[in-house]
Amino acid sequence: MTSCFLRYLSTFSLGNMNLHKLSSRLYPTATQKFRHLHIQSSGQQLEAVAVETASAEPNPLSVFRTSEQDPTYHSEGHSGQYYMLPPAHIQKLFPYGLPPRFQLQIKTFNEGCVMVRPPALELISYLKRADYSKPPLRYVLYGDIGTGKTMSLCHALHYCYTQGWLIVHIPDAHLWIKNCKELLPSSSRPSRFDQPIQASQWLKNFKITNERFLSKLKTTQRYVWTKRESTEKGQPLGELIDQGVNRMKSSSDVVGAVLRELKLQAGGTTEGEGAFKLAVAVDGVNALWGKTSLKKEDRTMCEPEELTLIHNLRKMMKNNWSGGAILTALSQTGSVFKPRSAYLPNELLGEEGFDSMEPFVPVSVSNYNEKEFESCYLYYLDRSWLQHPHSRSEEGKKELIFLCNKNPSILERLCAAL
Amino acid sequence: RASMAASSCRGVRSILWKYGSCGKNFCVSRSKTVPQLPVRHICVSSALWKKNLAAAGPQKFTLEFINKQVEEFEIGKRHLANMMGEDPETFTQEDIDRSIAYLFPSGLFEKRARPVMKHPEEIFPKQTAVQWDAEGRPFHFLFYTGQQSYYSLLLLTGSRWLLKEEIEEYLVENISDHDYMRMIQLMEKLLSMPYCSLEEEFILKFRKQLEVQSSKHEIPALQYDPQGVTFSVADGRRKTAKASITLRDSGSGNITINGRNYLHYFPLLQDREQLMFPLHFVGMLGRFDVEGSVEGSGHSAQAGALRLAISRALLSFVSEGEVEKMRQAGLLTADPRIKERKKPGQEGARKKFTWKKR
Repeated sequence: MTSCFLRYLSTFSLGNMNLHKLSSRLYPTATQKFRHLHIQSSGQQLEAVAVETASAEPNPLSVFRTSEQDPTYHSEGHSGQYYMLPPAHIQKLFPYGLPPRFQLQIKTFNEGCVMVRPPALELISYLKRADYSKPPLRYVLYGDIGTGKTMSLCHALHYCYTQGWLIVHIPDAHLWIKNCKELLPSSSRPSRFDQPIQASQWLKNFKITNERFLSKLKTTQRYVWTKRESTEKGQPLGELIDQGVNRMKSSSDVVGAVLRELKLQAGGTTEGEGAFKLAVAVDGVNALWGKTSLKKEDRTMCEPEELTLIHNLRKMMKNNWSGGAILTALSQTGSVFKPRSAYLPNELLGEEGFDSMEPFVPVSVSNYNEKEFESCYLYYLDRSWLQHPHSRSEEGKKELIFLCNKNPSILERLCAAL
Repeated sequence: RASMAASSCRGVRSILWKYGSCGKNFCVSRSKTVPQLPVRHICVSSALWKKNLAAAGPQKFTLEFINKQVEEFEIGKRHLANMMGEDPETFTQEDIDRSIAYLFPSGLFEKRARPVMKHPEEIFPKQTAVQWDAEGRPFHFLFYTGQQSYYSLLLLTGSRWLLKEEIEEYLVENISDHDYMRMIQLMEKLLSMPYCSLEEEFILKFRKQLEVQSSKHEIPALQYDPQGVTFSVADGRRKTAKASITLRDSGSGNITINGRNYLHYFPLLQDREQLMFPLHFVGMLGRFDVEGSVEGSGHSAQAGALRLAISRALLSFVSEGEVEKMRQAGLLTADPRIKERKKPGQEGARKKFTWKKR
């Protein structure tokens, strides 16, 4: 069995930064004005396709922030620094894709700042260097709970978005295998089950993200939904999606059709104007091959294979198409029937999943190192998130380091209480 | 006494108006300093009066009040001297008594009921000042014995009387229990006398010093790794959970418990805070590496056991004064609480069966 494992040893030699706390407190007014200018400039640009010309050198006043808003130009020098997601991008690209706690944070701080970290940088560098005439590479982000897999995935997706790719983003595949209220037997195939609510929800979000592509792409074959409804060949994709949104019964099949169309057209092999790259991003990939917690009407457990959505997604995961990339992240928090200590790919994907996903490029995500922790701490201080006076002292910082062991999500929860 | 002064003023005024105007100025000034309060008719029910008296307790005089009274007494003394035509500087208490007896002749038989003008220290009973600060914490460390001055005599704190056996040893004679008790009673009586400090040496012969508590802790020995890293090993227990740890002085803050990271082993913040407490108290948070194994009981008890083990291991890295502080903070005491036994006739340790009246 040929298995090509790329072992990436993240040996990052980061110089010790002399972080002057005083400086970060004295200059927030300057940075805020700077950011304000950026917001205005981005708001005026309607389409975020045009690359924002941000200043080349990072602002020397804020050591934990960088003014570089385009992920294309993020490099190792920016590692550990926060960059701001333009609000327009957040609305279009991530109406649902970001972790819920991060969405709360965006609402509280009135801005979405993401830290540039080595796993995301690695992923972006692979995406830059990949050859898109060949079958897509599969990247799997894995790591302990709360280390930032979903955030790194979102960072990479932002890069794809700014490059003008078509994004297929499933925020959490676990949502499709549990807590489903309506499970209908499929209209097209007898042994399958449909999930109309989830499918139509996803189609709506897909529409928001990829609006500009919808009118350009055309269907390649005729799809028949019911006796009276069908979509002809050559119709724009937008119509197909509207069909799915309006008719809930056939929405899962519409999803399958959309995915099939995209697969066929991604490499730009058909009409000249339809050249685009496809980014398939799935969070919680292990849901596709694990067990579901759904039951059929005769009270037996449902297999993931029997769900239409899952089945179509699995087909996407296979690399029998070209012109894109598959970015995935494992997730233990939403998974069913998996122990909490499992975080390696082979544990979470299971044998079947591992076999179908391989060959893949594993990217490991770990806790913050000292520089990143320092950045995060300064960011919270800057946003006045740490209200307790003791947390501003050195001892308070040491306590924080001890209590959270530099785990991003636990640090965030801890600071929320301060 | 203020009313007596006012009335004396009025009385004096009337007398002098008869006799002459030598001290008129003073009387006028005196009357000004003690103005008559306007009479107000307030209707008060008798019930209110009763409440007031009961709740007040013994009358307390503040330091300011007594100082004020002393000032007034001094001024009044000078006025009295002027009234009597004598020198205010050399006016003694006998002169005051004579003048008052002259000015207020009283036919009462009880000498203590006659008008008196004395220094406030003799009139107001001596009170001990307030013994505690604003938060209610007493100043003296022996406050709660009830007789802090008594026990604070050098003899009595930190020592105890010799036992009967020890006195027999000292005297090289046999004594009975009755003799021993009598001897202790006599020693106590000797202590209660004033000037017992003269006989301190004699009394100290019969008292034995108590050991200071903090020296009883065993400090685990500092051992050295082949790489030269100092480490120490200690155990801890809490409620059937046994923990044993190795504390290494390596400079990073990693903690491994039963082979797993402490973040995984204790997902609850409270348990991690328990682990943090001894290191944070001593101020050496990021310095040590902890490698521990723990078994038994639940997560909270395991955290408590680990905490005790860490504090014991820290004793070898820390100075004497810090050891005493840790002991007072309660880090070195093993928690004696254990699950209480279930008794027969009851559901659990305390819970009883449903009680039916009939």
